[in-house]
Amino acid sequence: MSASGRESEFLLWFDEIGIDDRASVGGKGASLGELRRAGIDVPPGFVVTASAFRRFASRDAGASVPAELAEAVARAYRTLCGSDDSAVVDEPVAVRSSATDEDGADASFAGLQDTYLWVRGEAAVAGALARCWASLYNDEAISYRARLGISDDAAAMGVVVQRMVNAHAAGVMFTRSPLTGDPSVIAISSSFGLGSTVVGGEVTPDEFLVDKVTGVVRRTTISRKEIRHVPNESGSGTREEAVPEDLQTQPTLDATAVARLVEIGRAIEKHYGCAQDIEWALDASGDIFILQSRPETVWSGRDRENARKAALESPKEKPFDHVFSFFGNRKT
Amino acid sequence: METKSITFPLPSEVEPVAGTENAQFYPYFTKVGKGDDERFWFYNGMHFPEPMPAFDTITAEAPYMSLGAYNTRVFAVPTVLGIDHRIINGRVYISAVPVFDPAEIERRLALFQERAGYYFSNWDRLYAQWSEKVNALLADIAAIDVPQLPEFEDASVVTDGTGIAQNFYLVERFHTCVESMLKMWQYHFEFLVLGYGAYLTFFEFCKKAFPEISVQTMARMVAGVDTLMMRPDDELKKLAHLAVENGVDSAFVSGRSANEILADLKSRNGKAHAWLDAFEKAREPWFNISTGDGFYHHHRNWNDDLSLPFSAMVDYVADVKRGKSLSRPTERLKEERLRISAEYRALLPSDDERAVFDQMLGLCHLVFPYVEDHKFYCENWIATAFFNKSREFGALLARHGFFADAEDVFQLHHTEVSLALSDLALSWASGSPPRGPEHWPPIVAERKRVLAAYAEWTPPPALGPMPADISDPLLLMLWGITAEQLTSWSQPPGDSNELRGFGASAGVVEGIAHVVRSVDEISTIKDGEILVCPVTAPSWAPVFGKIKAAVSDIGGAMSHAAIVAREYGLPAVVGTGHATKRIVTGQLVRVDGTSGIVTILSEAPSS
Repeated sequence: MSASGRESEFLLWFDEIGIDDRASVGGKGASLGELRRAGIDVPPGFVVTASAFRRFASRDAGASVPAELAEAVARAYRTLCGSDDSAVVDEPVAVRSSATDEDGADASFAGLQDTYLWVRGEAAVAGALARCWASLYNDEAISYRARLGISDDAAAMGVVVQRMVNAHAAGVMFTRSPLTGDPSVIAISSSFGLGSTVVGGEVTPDEFLVDKVTGVVRRTTISRKEIRHVPNESGSGTREEAVPEDLQTQPTLDATAVARLVEIGRAIEKHYGCAQDIEWALDASGDIFILQSRPETVWSGRDRENARKAALESPKEKPFDHVFSFFGNRKT
Repeated sequence: METKSITFPLPSEVEPVAGTENAQFYPYFTKVGKGDDERFWFYNGMHFPEPMPAFDTITAEAPYMSLGAYNTRVFAVPTVLGIDHRIINGRVYISAVPVFDPAEIERRLALFQERAGYYFSNWDRLYAQWSEKVNALLADIAAIDVPQLPEFEDASVVTDGTGIAQNFYLVERFHTCVESMLKMWQYHFEFLVLGYGAYLTFFEFCKKAFPEISVQTMARMVAGVDTLMMRPDDELKKLAHLAVENGVDSAFVSGRSANEILADLKSRNGKAHAWLDAFEKAREPWFNISTGDGFYHHHRNWNDDLSLPFSAMVDYVADVKRGKSLSRPTERLKEERLRISAEYRALLPSDDERAVFDQMLGLCHLVFPYVEDHKFYCENWIATAFFNKSREFGALLARHGFFADAEDVFQLHHTEVSLALSDLALSWASGSPPRGPEHWPPIVAERKRVLAAYAEWTPPPALGPMPADISDPLLLMLWGITAEQLTSWSQPPGDSNELRGFGASAGVVEGIAHVVRSVDEISTIKDGEILVCPVTAPSWAPVFGKIKAAVSDIGGAMSHAAIVAREYGLPAVVGTGHATKRIVTGQLVRVDGTSGIVTILSEAPSS
């Protein structure tokens, strides 16, 4: 799949981009391309670039995408759905904002722009694209930029259009302990349906704490997951529904899925060389897809601070000198 | 951790077991006394899971005499002195003596650095010297010749002018025998505190760098794979292979006693004799392993009681014939240990920390051979040799009517045995009958009755006020004592079907529980059952080839059940407090060796 002609200024497939393309496709899009390069399973997709935004976007939430671009997006969408003729396709996709300054210096900017799930059909994709663009000018985003002193003209965004994973379960994975910062464990939060319930804090998810090195699952906490986000039966969009009573306290992941997630988490961490905060989904056939990965910020920030102060311990002249320090210090 | 609500009875509040109110057979210094109610004690069920026969109290007296001497007087460990012990309703309770005064800690630290530093710097030379001392001690015990008190002295006493009659040697040699035990325990602790110090220092560092690391993982990085304690079991496996190779495996029939198997082999041709030669060779020294862990006179070694090694060999022979591999995955375990260490090392944030990690882990590997291998010499070989020699004195006294049976000598404290031997020495000299045959039999009978009553008592896991700081690393590692553990222990065994202990070896399995309270019962364990025991000893290794998982009342991550379970890759939960009380043979249980939880899933089928 490759964009042709001048389309490549406005549309880039994941396979064409990497982490250095943040300026043109936004943080999320760049990261997804980079993950595919690293051999990680990411649902295929493309990005409507920041150039397209600058050229075509309207600040008006009601505005539509100009025909020139809409046509290119529709062609890419058909390609993404595996259709090479002009037949009508309605495979579900996710349309996600990928702001150029998102996921960067300040992670809290994430989530200020819109994401649309289970979007079906060319028209709906174009509509979601327009709404993503407009979300860069909603009240929260404007006041956020004002607080940070970023001018509205400097803001731009890419928009990711990506095949939807029919998630049986989904959630978040940290490649170090969110509680203690321990870099030797992986913490997984998981619930039924789409990961939006976990990210949005709408359920108490199952928690798995796994030793990175030994693969031993150290703690498993199975919670009562009362709701889940699922696709609308009617077609596009998602809705909240009650999880069937007998399923609520069932584990969302089995040992194999946990082990597979840990393997993927380690691979991503290794690729980037730092701890990661990862969104993932498990589909009905048991395949795991990665939806996003960004550097963990809280503990790595503290690490940098600590490194400036002093190392945990320093080597000593004789190895046994450490024993003396240990025995000489009574903890009180 | 909320600890205020935890209460244990005070030592003075513990009532004597009914019918034992007048029992008086432990040394006065082991009785509860003034000041004891202000201290925290816990039941050392790991080393002393049964009530103490009077003679066996030497296995508390000797180690605490030595451990304390090294901590307090030899190395001057800065923060902790020795351990006091009390015997309450036959059970050994212990309490450590901490140092709190910073000035005192400082003063001791200077001395400790000098002295412990000398040992660490000269470890290999001193350890080689240790082996020589221990071998000399073994020779000394073997050489103790129990005088047989002939009617008339040998003529050589006159012709050599020795000037000493046999009754002098009677008391003298018994003292030599007792001293050999005291001396063994001195040697036992010569390196041990330093060895554990190296472990704990490394563990402490790991916990700072990796707050969520399990003790199990740290133990795996430290532990060697091939230890002397594994050798006896390995020898049985070799003998099983040899039996099949030599075509004499048909002698190893399930249900046959060791003697029946040996008699069958002796009646056969040359190849059977080659096996018997190999068997005799393996017995010295490897069959000097105790079936317990050397703390009780009835912990016999394999040479004394061949039933355990032979029942294991019967199983092993069957395994060999079925083509099942008996070898432990030693190479894989070694590689795994290297990989785990290297990956944790790589996760450290700086070169400095990686250098510290290397120093500390290197030190652990220096001390590991001693920490593991001393057990074979001390608690196994020397301890069982000591009890066997004491038995010979018992046999002499029994022949002179002091006891109905040589084993009765173990109902006397060793100072009382000295008295009985003086009695015999006097009577042999005077030509009058000894007084012992009237004096001792009723006492022996009474003490046996009292011990039986003590055995029915459930000792509280701890006594006295719990200190604010229970983070003593030595207690944690060896006994599995943590504030959390104590909280769980302080709850009386109730309705909950869940027991919590230390996850000692990872994995989850379900299976049928088999509760084994003493080593005599371990041959009753069937393939695929889950072993539930008070505490396991190294020589139980053969049973680990059969079981699916292990659960113990007492023990920490470096206890034997834990080490052996990891070697065999079996899930294990140790330090549950009262698994043997709560679980009944035949119940279906789930053992989660990762979280340390044992769940009773169903009742035993009523029989």
